[in-house]
Amino acid sequence: MTARAWAGTWFLAAAGVAVVGAVELAWPGTAARLTRGLVSTDLLIRAGLFTVVLVGLNLLMGYAGQASLGQAAFYGLGAFASAIFTVRAQALGIPASVAGAWWWPWLVMLLAAVAVGAFALAVGWVILRLRGHYLAMATLGLGIIVYIVLRENLGMPHLNLTGGFDGIVGVPRLRVGGAELWPVQVYYFVVWAAALASMALGLNVVHSPAGRALRALHGSELAAESVGVDVGRLKAQIFALSAALASVAGSLYAHFQAAVVPDTFGFVPSLELVVMSAVGGMSSIWGAPLGALAVLLLEQLLRTHVLGLVPAVSGELEPVVFGLVLVVIMMFWPAGLVSSRRVQGTAWASR
Amino acid sequence: MAEPATTELPARTVPGPRGPAPGAFAARRPSSRVVLGTASAVLLLVFWALGRRLGYGLSEYLQLLVDGTVTGSVYALVAVGFVVVYRVTGVINFAQGAFVMLGPMLAITFFRALGGSGGLALAAAAAAAVLATALVATAVHRLTLHPARAASALTRIIITVGVYIALQGLALRVWGPRPYVMPAFSTLHMADRFLEVGGVTLQAQSLWVWGLGLLTVVGLVVFFEHTLVGKAMRACAVNRTAARLMGIRVDRMATLAFALAGVLGAVGGIVLAPSTRPTYDMGLDLGLKGFVAAIAGGLVSLPGAVAGGLVLGVLESLWAGVTVAGFKDLFAFVMLILLLLARPQGWLEGGHE
Repeated sequence: MTARAWAGTWFLAAAGVAVVGAVELAWPGTAARLTRGLVSTDLLIRAGLFTVVLVGLNLLMGYAGQASLGQAAFYGLGAFASAIFTVRAQALGIPASVAGAWWWPWLVMLLAAVAVGAFALAVGWVILRLRGHYLAMATLGLGIIVYIVLRENLGMPHLNLTGGFDGIVGVPRLRVGGAELWPVQVYYFVVWAAALASMALGLNVVHSPAGRALRALHGSELAAESVGVDVGRLKAQIFALSAALASVAGSLYAHFQAAVVPDTFGFVPSLELVVMSAVGGMSSIWGAPLGALAVLLLEQLLRTHVLGLVPAVSGELEPVVFGLVLVVIMMFWPAGLVSSRRVQGTAWASR
Repeated sequence: MAEPATTELPARTVPGPRGPAPGAFAARRPSSRVVLGTASAVLLLVFWALGRRLGYGLSEYLQLLVDGTVTGSVYALVAVGFVVVYRVTGVINFAQGAFVMLGPMLAITFFRALGGSGGLALAAAAAAAVLATALVATAVHRLTLHPARAASALTRIIITVGVYIALQGLALRVWGPRPYVMPAFSTLHMADRFLEVGGVTLQAQSLWVWGLGLLTVVGLVVFFEHTLVGKAMRACAVNRTAARLMGIRVDRMATLAFALAGVLGAVGGIVLAPSTRPTYDMGLDLGLKGFVAAIAGGLVSLPGAVAGGLVLGVLESLWAGVTVAGFKDLFAFVMLILLLLARPQGWLEGGHE
């Protein structure tokens, strides 16, 4: 395999991202004007955040063939960790000199990713023994459990760490030194740097010996094991990596939205992540940004354009059309926008 | 299960057809009876310890137990819907929750259209709602999953998710976000009659839930055991290719499975509706719980699904009784993961036939 066969495409993508960002920075609102309100910096940032999550999810589902229906939980854990340790720092007894420093949110983000990754490694060690549908169901259960625990204030309402249903507001913006990474046009670069970095990481994993082992595992766990792949360990590691990536995206989301509520990380958002992954093509790292962009654009298109044209119909029809479009895409385009020829379908899907 | 006492060779252990396969892997895991026994003992201890703190006596526990079988009956109906579809089509049908919601919503709409009073009108409205839901389920299969029958299981599952989102969205559009009122079957009013039996307060509606739930399940069993179509469906569940070779229209059986799932979901939703207040999004919770119950029964077994539903309902009720209200929903999903880890093929013998 030629080393860094993907590098050219990656640099092209990075350049495209940089050009769009620079134009938005110089003339804010250009994208919205050119696309009649379809594309905004806000939407591009959300696409970037989902890209980070989806790179992990695609590695897990498309390459390792292990379905996760609870990925939003890890996204939520990252978001709440960042929110709790910045907004509630005083209540947690963290000295103001530390909690006020510009590097503190970054450190929290890093530690949260490590902790969430370790959590996933421990959980994955146990639940990844399950195969096929059963694994999907266990991750579904895990996702809902995490959501309920966040919603119920970790079971300790007197401390009010997560804020219950209402979540946490007033999460500070990220800073470097004294400079705040804001307005949105600036934050765009932060998010997409993370997205591109996660894609580079994902592409590296895919083209490494570990990636080849992953594909072997996808084809047949038994065969992979017989040629010396430590299947259980590899699956748990990929699960942990996907969780850590989701956690980073969650932290970036918290600092972007400035508020986090548990409902953003429940069962339905987990399904939406799977949908994005499937629409983009889960057996390709490039499917991550494309799936995120495609689904977000579709939602936005429905919201502002299609339904707006019919006066009698209000925005309430949005989920109906979204569901139907999803069904149609899956019926006629099941491999997603990008499908790698090497990996078709997933192990548990072909059951 | 112990060997029957009438076996001809009492001194020797005769390996049954479904006995554990000999081998190191089987030996590594503790037997299901040990796991189940330990887990039940631990759970009862937890319930007792937490209940003692609240000063619970026998009648409180009995009350929770009875309440649990009511919700559990509904879980059981939904779970059977999951199992019927899964066995015939191999798909986990997430649209099942939408059927549970459509039942009561349509019943209330029909009831109002029929004048909104009278037992006959209510019965007619409920029957029409069950039929309509079955038709919706049929349409769902014919329009989405049937054309995509060659797609992978993941693709088809995502399709059912899309169908769920669309149906719930449609319900929001038609009925709005507010909760509705379904009259209790006995009084035909919002307020239900209450019975006192040995210190346990019983809603009259509970009897309807048990009765109609039992009737539905018995009807289903009769259908599967004693009709040609039912037997053909079972054949599809055992071996689709062989069934097709025998001249069974497998795709029609799949459509029928969806219709049955629609009936089961709608009945479950309708009988529960008077004691809850149905909303457009009630399907998510009931669908997921029914799904957990189906898993508890091994996902392929009808008796397993019924037992799973009842057990889940009772344990959840006890759990909700002794802990904080917000943690009620936690139980089902913790149970889901533990069940999957301990015994993925379900808890009833023959659940993996």
